[in-house]
Amino acid sequence: MNDITVYIDAVGLCGPGLVNWKSAQETLKTEDSFVFSSPIIPPSEYLPAAERRRVGTAVKLALATATDALTSGTYKAADLLSVFSSSGGDGDNCHSICEALASQDRLISPTKFTNSVHNAPSGYWGIALHAKPASTSLCAFDGSFSAGFLEACTLALAAKQPVLFVAYDTPYPEPLRSVRPIDASFGVSMVISPQASMTTLSNVRVKLGKGMPSTMKNSALERLRRDIPAARSLPLLRSLACAHQNTSLILELFENQQLLLEVGV
Amino acid sequence: MQPVYVSNYTLASCLGLGREANWNALAQQRTGLKPCAFESVNLPTYVGQVWGVENETLPQRLNDYFCRNNQLAHLALQQDGFIPSVVHAINAYGRHRVGVFLGTSTSGILSTEVAYRNRDSISGALPSDFKYAQTHNTFSVSGFVRDFFELEGPAVTVSSACSSSAKVFGNAARMLECGLIDAAIVGGVDSLCLTTLYGFNSLELLSPELCQPFGANRKGISVAEAAGFALLTREKLSTDHTVKVIGIGESSDAHHMSTPHPEGAGALSAMQQALGMAKLEPQHVDYVNLHGTATRSNDAAEGLAIASLFGTSVPCSSTKGHTGHALGAAGIVEAALSMLSMKNGITPGGVNTEVLDSDLHVNYQLTNLSREPKIILSNSFGFGGSNCSLLLERT
Repeated sequence: MNDITVYIDAVGLCGPGLVNWKSAQETLKTEDSFVFSSPIIPPSEYLPAAERRRVGTAVKLALATATDALTSGTYKAADLLSVFSSSGGDGDNCHSICEALASQDRLISPTKFTNSVHNAPSGYWGIALHAKPASTSLCAFDGSFSAGFLEACTLALAAKQPVLFVAYDTPYPEPLRSVRPIDASFGVSMVISPQASMTTLSNVRVKLGKGMPSTMKNSALERLRRDIPAARSLPLLRSLACAHQNTSLILELFENQQLLLEVGV
Repeated sequence: MQPVYVSNYTLASCLGLGREANWNALAQQRTGLKPCAFESVNLPTYVGQVWGVENETLPQRLNDYFCRNNQLAHLALQQDGFIPSVVHAINAYGRHRVGVFLGTSTSGILSTEVAYRNRDSISGALPSDFKYAQTHNTFSVSGFVRDFFELEGPAVTVSSACSSSAKVFGNAARMLECGLIDAAIVGGVDSLCLTTLYGFNSLELLSPELCQPFGANRKGISVAEAAGFALLTREKLSTDHTVKVIGIGESSDAHHMSTPHPEGAGALSAMQQALGMAKLEPQHVDYVNLHGTATRSNDAAEGLAIASLFGTSVPCSSTKGHTGHALGAAGIVEAALSMLSMKNGITPGGVNTEVLDSDLHVNYQLTNLSREPKIILSNSFGFGGSNCSLLLERT
């Protein structure tokens, strides 16, 4: 078997000029009205106060994005398997640790060390929403969205359960920013199911193969897509917003292999 | 989940390179831990350092990937005929049908730590030869292994702290089950760096002595580096004795970022799921390779979880006294040691532990015992409350 079919039941969004999924759909449909503006990342109302003080941008972004996909109330966070995927995790936290380790005393903060794990958003999500099912935290550099999406699809099919998928990226401060330029924070989430339901937005047939990744018409959106790994999802988000039927898309995974999607089959 | 076969496997740890060297150390109940003399680190602790990593060179075409983590990966790949077995799988299935699923917690961060000491005094820039994507990024080791074998299949790094290289068995098994690939390279690589040594020190979790898993006087972990790989297939490729992965249990504590649920609820759930997947009962398990890090809270929580599921019947031990805690590589190292245990018909007694903690009501083994373990459970739990239990069966 070379392809798999899953059902996307919900979407969440938090990015520049794309405040949440509900308001971003119109922008994605036409692409004309998109205006870049720094994303506003709300703190999670679910995190206990002690944890809320400890978390950085990456955790806030991942939690805000995940929460946006669950606003309809159809799915309870505590019941969902989850997949988190990010190219770089928390850039500020990483910079701060590297700076401390380059200093004379090398004293690093225990909270920063704890938060340095790539699965910090997954851990805080569990604590905030009492989510105890399995959770995976992934990275595939620029292909982190596609690799995470593929994992979420296979997990939903193997476990025969819906899966919450969250892809998110935050910018590094200098000097890492120069070697890994990511201009803005961007998060996208989905609930992916193994079968159709009343809430299904679209089915998606997924396979691996070769081809040129799909692009965005609007140059500012296309810049986002190219600059932020999680925003490689934009062509799929556009298809979902437009409720496209029988649309073929190619999402970037690696130089020699991409994710081939057929949306609304 | 459909079971998957381990067609070949290998590892490199502070006990040595390859299966034989690692098994010899277990057979002799020897630790590979030594007082820390790594890099410029000045901490009173023991580490598990792999001999010869610094001198390892990478194939020229992969030089951009040069960093300690990929040097260690390269060293391990060359043991136990692992490369020929992957080449065999590529020839049988095609290079787009072999996936790569590797765990790491810190990737090549040591390169970044060193680069931060050498920033331009005026601009603050990192040295111009610093390669972020191929060294620092969490995907680095998976990209390295994928390019080493010139693969064109899916690849991903799992980074969920100390459960990473156990969880990769799940990612691979699911993709095999969905038919998107025919073979998978799974495993994990974590190498010594300042972040983990000074980080665990900041949490007061570094043992000043050799770590003593499940010991009354345990004082924390001994950080280690290691690499391990396994080749997984849907079908049994070898006629020899092989091992089948029959259960993979995964759960989240949803309790605290750096300490486990006090009763080990997440650990218990992971072990129960692994057994449930294989439709087995606790009494079918012949030995448990514990996560057993030797911190006060980890061992206490895991002890409670083991006691509530198995009582005091099942023999168990932690091999972290031998290898140290290889963090993101711990899962694959302990899966490999469990498979060696099956092959050699001996379950390993833990080392370093002077006096067992009498509050932990488990059958902790301090000596090697001759038996024929058929079913072994291997536990890996990590920061963020990420739990994974692997159930392995000798076939």
